[in-house]
Amino acid sequence: MAAAAEAKELNDNSDETDSKKNEILRARNDGMELSKEEKQRLRKEKKQQKKNKKDDKGQPDNGMGKKDKKPLTAPSAQVTTQVQQPVVTQKALSASPVSEAPAPVDRPAKSKAELRAERRARQEADRASKQAKKGESAAQPSVGKTKAPPNELQPVVKRLPEHIQADDPEVVKKLAKKLEKQQIPVRLDYGYKVSLFSHLHQYSRKAPLTQQMSIPSTVIHPSIVRLGLQYSQGIVAGSNARSIALLHAFKQVIRDYSTPPNEELSRDLVNKLKPYISFLNQCRPLSASMGNAIKFIKKEISNIPSQCKEEEAKSRLQASIDNYIEVKINLAAEAITKFAIEKISNDDVILVYGCSSLVNHILCDAFKKERKFRVVVVDSRPRLEGREALRRLVKMGIHCTYVLISAVSYILPEVSKVFLGAHALLANGYVMSRVGTSQIALVAKAYNVPVLVCCETYKFCERVQTDSFVSNELDDPDELTVTRNGRTQLKHWQSFHMLGLLNLVYDVTPPDFVDLVITELGMIPCTSVPVVLRVKNVDQ
Amino acid sequence: MELQAVVMAAGGGSRMMDLTYSIPKPLLPIGNKPLIWYPLSLLERVGFEEVIVITTKEAQKEVQKLLLTETKLKPDIVCVQEDADMGTADALRHIQQKIKTDVLVVSCDLITDAALHEVVDLFRVHNATLSMLMSKAHEFTETVPGQKGKKKAGEQRDFVGVDDSGKRLLFMANEADLDEDLVIRKSIMRRHPRMHIKTGLVDAHLYCLKRSVIDFLAENKSISSIRGELVPCLVRKQFSKFSSLQKNKEEPNQNMKKKDANTNSENHIASADDDLLELALNRSCWNDHRGDMCGAYHGGKLRCYVHIMEEGMCYRVNTLAAYIEANRLASKLFEEPAIHPSAVISERSVVGSDSIIGTYCQIAEKASVKRSTIGASTTIKEKAKITNSIIMNGVTIEEGCNIQGSVICSHATICRGADIKYCLVGNSQRVELAPRTTEEIVPLPFTDPALIYASF
Repeated sequence: MAAAAEAKELNDNSDETDSKKNEILRARNDGMELSKEEKQRLRKEKKQQKKNKKDDKGQPDNGMGKKDKKPLTAPSAQVTTQVQQPVVTQKALSASPVSEAPAPVDRPAKSKAELRAERRARQEADRASKQAKKGESAAQPSVGKTKAPPNELQPVVKRLPEHIQADDPEVVKKLAKKLEKQQIPVRLDYGYKVSLFSHLHQYSRKAPLTQQMSIPSTVIHPSIVRLGLQYSQGIVAGSNARSIALLHAFKQVIRDYSTPPNEELSRDLVNKLKPYISFLNQCRPLSASMGNAIKFIKKEISNIPSQCKEEEAKSRLQASIDNYIEVKINLAAEAITKFAIEKISNDDVILVYGCSSLVNHILCDAFKKERKFRVVVVDSRPRLEGREALRRLVKMGIHCTYVLISAVSYILPEVSKVFLGAHALLANGYVMSRVGTSQIALVAKAYNVPVLVCCETYKFCERVQTDSFVSNELDDPDELTVTRNGRTQLKHWQSFHMLGLLNLVYDVTPPDFVDLVITELGMIPCTSVPVVLRVKNVDQ
Repeated sequence: MELQAVVMAAGGGSRMMDLTYSIPKPLLPIGNKPLIWYPLSLLERVGFEEVIVITTKEAQKEVQKLLLTETKLKPDIVCVQEDADMGTADALRHIQQKIKTDVLVVSCDLITDAALHEVVDLFRVHNATLSMLMSKAHEFTETVPGQKGKKKAGEQRDFVGVDDSGKRLLFMANEADLDEDLVIRKSIMRRHPRMHIKTGLVDAHLYCLKRSVIDFLAENKSISSIRGELVPCLVRKQFSKFSSLQKNKEEPNQNMKKKDANTNSENHIASADDDLLELALNRSCWNDHRGDMCGAYHGGKLRCYVHIMEEGMCYRVNTLAAYIEANRLASKLFEEPAIHPSAVISERSVVGSDSIIGTYCQIAEKASVKRSTIGASTTIKEKAKITNSIIMNGVTIEEGCNIQGSVICSHATICRGADIKYCLVGNSQRVELAPRTTEEIVPLPFTDPALIYASF
């Protein structure tokens, strides 16, 4: 019987695309069948339970990972599901139930058909019990409720994530309800918004979220409150800095966490992190790098086996966070520096824009390795981040010139290369970076100056964007007003009802203007970003 | 838990002994509520659930009763001896064991409607060691009983130096501590070339202190007052070369005892985490100043911040003038009706809308009460005229009295026909008819003639 089942299995597998993979994996598995089996079974059971919860909402059973769907994670989440659909349906064809973490592994012991039957039976049982529960209580977990409407329409209509529809009263109401359930105050929009960007939120720096919260914060962990304040006041700014600070805060949260009785750490901790993420989102919209970091942490937490003791689990999580920072940020920076230094030759004039931690690191390292070059730092209002870049470079001893962005076409004939940092690299090859970057790239293209973008792979994002309007961030409009000699000309800008101040933070640069992207995987053209993303997903 | 609140209610009220000889300062009535109710209600409004109150044995019972009945805070009352002459820093050292996190110290005589989150946000955002609240001082316009002529500028001034943004505290000194000149160190000027020195500020005595400051206090037993010694010391330490409170933070050999093992491991954890925080701040493109080659905060670990209130109410009731002023404005701070429903007010009396009438008062016919605060169980007989005064509990005012701009303490009796202007009548005193008393302080039970200075 077993032999027949195995033979049937083999026949089934031979028709499928990943048969070779299965063989390799089976060979590997032979030595450690039982224990791994048990682990996989546990994991699959967990995933079944989570999937069953979603099945009740009428989701197509295509084996999608649960984390990708939650609207609380990075804004790319919703779009993620769209782009990943073609990739995932391929996997579904191979009839393996698992989409993420371990590559689809066949259990040599039971046959596929038997497994499917078991699973279906379990699902029916769970569905029946869920229906009974539904009939009893009208209230459902908030995640379920807010997930339901977008997920229903998923295969048909592409919808923007909730928080990027500030002018749609229904979406605003839904968001307010969700925040209320998590006991987080809603941050109110401030000032008149320019009509093209009225779908984005615009907050004032002088009205922090802590105004509406109790002072010894009980709902939100103190380190997260501090982080939120630092984000909203711009003290921690820059993609890398924000991610590192976020992971640092999460380390403290994990350290102070204790599992309540009758709960599993892997599930409860993820639920605890959700209100924190909403809070941080209210303070300042999450960046793509932060979104990826959050996805990573959530995955790590859910992968903790249930029999793991709390202390061990916590130390494991801390170690994995440290490892993430070390590998994805620090070592990646080293690798990128190595590649980039090859591109810097003696007597180069390098143009940089704003303050990118990675580009500064590259230039400082190149200078230490005795390359002779000089730098032109281009800056723009209102943030004037270039001053900080200028300070760091001059402190190293590099010869620098400082201009404002309005002079870039004047200075470009002298420049031999342009190094730009990125906030995120989108799946269609567009580079999302500080507002003004696309202008620099455009002018550089006009002058035939090569543009090199330096970006770590953890900032790659599955979102697709072709303009800077749909998804952006609006900063405090009062930052645009200038006080000179005690007089502020635009002090009463709000009283002119036809006047709007627009303080954009990001813009997207098309791949035609970018000549090379330097990542830790190598130097790739802009259009190869989706390939990297695909490779990354398969690896995981 | 992020912050613990500590209310300092053990002070003697040395600048208004006439009022505080019989009633402990925290229980002085302001708008018919004891003084300590105001900071406690501020803490409760802001969201605190527990509070540590340091008070004297005298006041302990009353304070406990108050905490249990009027507020929802969970109290933890610590008694100190009244004659031990404990400064506020000594008191903090006394409760060192109770303090597990950063602490918010409030004085019991603070009446304010400030937005506390401004102070605490500065504390959180910049990872500050000290964050405090100050306010622009208001001139007291009311005439104070017992004072002749205008108030001299005898109150020692405070010199407060802040940087350009108005938030970072660079310099703090009291006139009493300075000889003739104001000395500002070069290290401060080098780092902050623009400093604004202000003198017209009132220190609200509301401090957010880091946990490590309490440990620092435990090591330096000579510091006895927060306001007078600790704060200037911390402000100076910002710019000293060894700018960290614990010099031996990294030496594990020092604390080998079991008790300290936990804190030691916490230190290690804290220092490892601090590295990560440093890394984040290094990558961030933010700086708190510009123009020199230094990074954010000039690399200093100790930072002191101040939030200066431009508008709003902020009073420290530690002098008689402040006490009177506070009584005027106290009614703005709570929503109870000015006239207590249990008071019996006869119809033909005139009670102004800006007066506060306490519980079980009896105001007879043709009495007139304007701009005054009347305490509980006070009896005001016919034709008495009370203007601009503060009457405490249990006072009897006989017919035809005329009281103007005065403070009458508890259980006093003013006999009929007395005409009292700008006086302070002590506890349980009796004022007879005879002379027109003006600008007098009717003395304490053990009569000390030297205290009577009348001017006719």
